[in-house]
Amino acid sequence: MSGATRTNGSSRFRGVVDLAGVQTDRGATIYVYEAPVRVWHWVNALCVAVLIVTGYLIGAPPPSVTGEASAHFQFGYIRFAHFAAGQVLTVFFMMRIYWAFMGNRHARQIFYLPFWSATWWKGVWWEAKWYLFLTAEPKKYVAHNPLAHIAMFFTVTLGNIGMIITGFALYSEDAGRDSWQARLFGWVFTLFPNSQDVRTLHHLGLWVIVTFTILHIYAAVREEIMSRQTMIATMISGERQFRDDRDD
Amino acid sequence: MAQATETFYEVIRRQGITRRSFTRFCSLTAASLGLAPAAAPRIAHALETKPRLPIIWMHGLECTCCSESFIRSAHPLAKDVVLSMISLDYDDTLMAAAGHQAEAILDDIRTKYKGGYVLAVEGNPPLNEDGMYCIDGGKPFVEKLKAMAADSLAVVAWGSCASWGCVQAAKPNPTQAVPIDRVIRDKPVIKVPGCPPIAEVMTGVISYITTFGRLPELDRQGRPKMFYSQRIHDKCYRRASFDAGQFVEEWDDEGARKGYCLYKMGCRGPTTYNACSTVRWNDGVSFPIQSGHGCIGCSEQGFWDNGPFYDRLSNVRQFGIEANADRVGGVVAGVVAAGVVAHAAVTAVTRLTKKR
Ligand code: HEM
Ligand code: HEM
Ligand code: SF4
Repeated sequence: MSGATRTNGSSRFRGVVDLAGVQTDRGATIYVYEAPVRVWHWVNALCVAVLIVTGYLIGAPPPSVTGEASAHFQFGYIRFAHFAAGQVLTVFFMMRIYWAFMGNRHARQIFYLPFWSATWWKGVWWEAKWYLFLTAEPKKYVAHNPLAHIAMFFTVTLGNIGMIITGFALYSEDAGRDSWQARLFGWVFTLFPNSQDVRTLHHLGLWVIVTFTILHIYAAVREEIMSRQTMIATMISGERQFRDDRDD
Repeated sequence: MAQATETFYEVIRRQGITRRSFTRFCSLTAASLGLAPAAAPRIAHALETKPRLPIIWMHGLECTCCSESFIRSAHPLAKDVVLSMISLDYDDTLMAAAGHQAEAILDDIRTKYKGGYVLAVEGNPPLNEDGMYCIDGGKPFVEKLKAMAADSLAVVAWGSCASWGCVQAAKPNPTQAVPIDRVIRDKPVIKVPGCPPIAEVMTGVISYITTFGRLPELDRQGRPKMFYSQRIHDKCYRRASFDAGQFVEEWDDEGARKGYCLYKMGCRGPTTYNACSTVRWNDGVSFPIQSGHGCIGCSEQGFWDNGPFYDRLSNVRQFGIEANADRVGGVVAGVVAAGVVAHAAVTAVTRLTKKR
């Protein structure tokens, strides 16, 4: 990664240059997140927000409405919003998987952990120290830092897969035994014959994703301010800009 | 002992049942199995011509609630016929014979109808101490069960005991009671779960096998599709208030009086496959939800171990104390959120002190 910075920045004539000879120390920008990755990220975040709220309400419904049952469809709409957001999330997640094959190297990052790489483990260690205030500075990363990478792999990549599988299995109970949902996801009930357990797992998944979201948004804001590179702006424009050109 | 050549029709006529009642039974059977009216004559024809299927009803570790349910079937004819047929063969709680005489009948049927009788099992075998926790006729029940299953055509697992294990298999399961399909591996096992199963479902399953001479279509869990492919929730008459968002919040509130949905009281209807909300109980009089109590999911696997009957979701036991999903998740998310706030504070302080 420093290599990338060096090739772009080794020339003296770089950065934002003006005729007065003032030169910023702002480093190069690298195009990291391609449009499909960014679009997926924000659509996914939106769907997750809807799913968290509606999912929680499905588990703990709001106070009863009054009047005749025929005059209301409140819980029905809550469930409808959940199912709609769930299916949008699924379609975009499939697109994201497709893009892992078609896109650049960084599009593949969240789908595996390079646990065989010593450099990666050093990064994990370094980032842990950074978050524990044991080192003055983080490293620079073109794509995700290793701790974020671990969190994304387990709670978003595996998490989304788990929520999609259990979600569609639960959906198949409504759609019926002959539905395509039942044909595709019915095997979940071979694993867990009592659908109460599937519901409980799906419900626990809510808290896994809530926990990730808290940490993720905090880290994104914190690193936007504290790190040596842009963060949230990168997920919007796709460009990563480094704030210094030091090698380490 | 029944003769091999006797037909079902001959048996019931011998029991004093009229031809008219017989045709009614055929239409009722067709209806309860969800078949077209045209199926009734075919059922009648089969019953008049085919030799009837012998049925053996064995009891392991159980409470006899399945038998109690069965003898209260709303189709008296079905019950009488099937019962008298079963008592002709073997059911140790119902038949006249006892002791050595009864054991002799078992051996007799096993050799005479080898591969041609239906074995209905109520209760289940405990495996601990070589099966000593359930001795039947001087032998561990598990041995008798294996022997009788080996020569049967098919096995019917009555109730949640035989199907899933039920209360005697609930944690910590000191006798190591297991569902019968754990010891019967080489025969089709038809699971008819429920604690007890609905009488009409039981007679329906038996009538189907005896009239058609084949097994009903089973779902993934081995339950007959015609009775177990929908949840209580799918046909619940309180479903309208579920969709509207009208719930009983406390047992004696206004909503309870108005008959609102029992979801918030822990109704397990949304995760329970059974026919209670369509067939109902005691001649269609009522079922738990109609009586104002949520479904406890008695036909589902492990329902005793899945937390309080007033909780829809299973307990999470991995944390030492029993806690529900929201409490565990809420605590984790809360601790993390507090950690984030503390982390942000430390970050701000170190940054400010460094700036100085
Ligand atoms: C981040 C993703 C998701 C979260 C946080 C989430 C959360 C939840 C929660 C908390 C419940 C309530 C469970 C209960 O207490 O009974 C629920 C129910 C449900 N969810 Fe999700 N869910 C997610 C994704 C999905 C997806 C992708 C689908 C698929 C379409 C889905 C379908 C369902 C269904 C069918 C139910 C049961 C609703 C009912 O029968 O009333 N969910 N979800
Ligand atoms: C306001 C809310 C959010 C903000 C500001 C935000 C910000 C960011 C940023 C800045 C990145 C890039 C991190 C890096 O370059 O290392 C990122 C990546 C990511 N975020 Fe978020 N995020 C938000 C919500 C969410 C939510 C709700 C989820 C899912 C539950 C999520 C899942 C992800 C994932 C999986 C990635 C990696 C993307 C990839 O490599 O494909 N984000 N987010
Ligand atoms: S009472 Fe139970 S089964 Fe009936 S609609 Fe409500 S949750 Fe579903």
